[in-house]
Amino acid sequence: MALRMETESDSLTIWLSGELDHHSARRMREEIDAAVERIKPSRLRLNFADVGFMDSSGIGLIMGRFRLMQLYGGTLEVAGASERIRKVIRLAGLDRLNVLKESGEDLSAKDDSGVPHAGR
Amino acid sequence: MKPLNEIKLNFPSRSANEGFARAAVAAFVSQLDPAVDELADIRTAVSEAVTNCIVHAYPDTIGTVYLTVRLFADGKISIKIRDKGCGIADVKQAMEPLFTTGGEERSGLGFSVMESFTDKLRVSSKKGKGTVVTLEKYIALRESAPSAAKPL
Repeated sequence: MALRMETESDSLTIWLSGELDHHSARRMREEIDAAVERIKPSRLRLNFADVGFMDSSGIGLIMGRFRLMQLYGGTLEVAGASERIRKVIRLAGLDRLNVLKESGEDLSAKDDSGVPHAGR
Repeated sequence: MKPLNEIKLNFPSRSANEGFARAAVAAFVSQLDPAVDELADIRTAVSEAVTNCIVHAYPDTIGTVYLTVRLFADGKISIKIRDKGCGIADVKQAMEPLFTTGGEERSGLGFSVMESFTDKLRVSSKKGKGTVVTLEKYIALRESAPSAAKPL
């Protein structure tokens, strides 16, 4: 199953879906990394709105992508996470990385920062 | 106290069974009519424990994962996840948040998740023999519940 992706200027948004566990994380990770390496966005947005379940494998996936984006001088955002998924994310202290966007926040529509990324 | 009901499941340590294990436990535990959040806590904790068996207990082979779930009249749910894998050299260290031997893509938070999503976590392990993880969770009993079985 291919993940839905969308690029807009130098942002890449990827919608994850289904259950995110150790079994499914591997394939998702490979797809995300292939897209990031191809597109080299300055911002990667992972949308979790269609993820019905996530365990700590999801934390590993987020942390790994955070590092990957740092490598490219880019940033990572996590959007659309349900209260349930946010609970796991907070447990990991990932909220301190400032990647978590409010679930009500519309991330797909517009980018109001208007600041081009320094690394590009 | 005798359990109201009990199941035992054995399955090979294939990662496709992570989803099966948590779904099976959730279906069984539903007899006690847990709240949505309580059920989600249980699914997550089971997923972590079973993943540990698959990733760590049997890293290079397919072994058997033994799962026992017991339901009690006072709302206690006891879940035992056992393997006959390589065992944990230092349980205390393994349970520390962020400690992992699983490489970059593992967060090292499996035991932390189990601990915070259940009421009690017990881990005993013997190098070369295997590991037993016991999870206990109390769910709030509601007036109508349980439709569960009569005592065994």
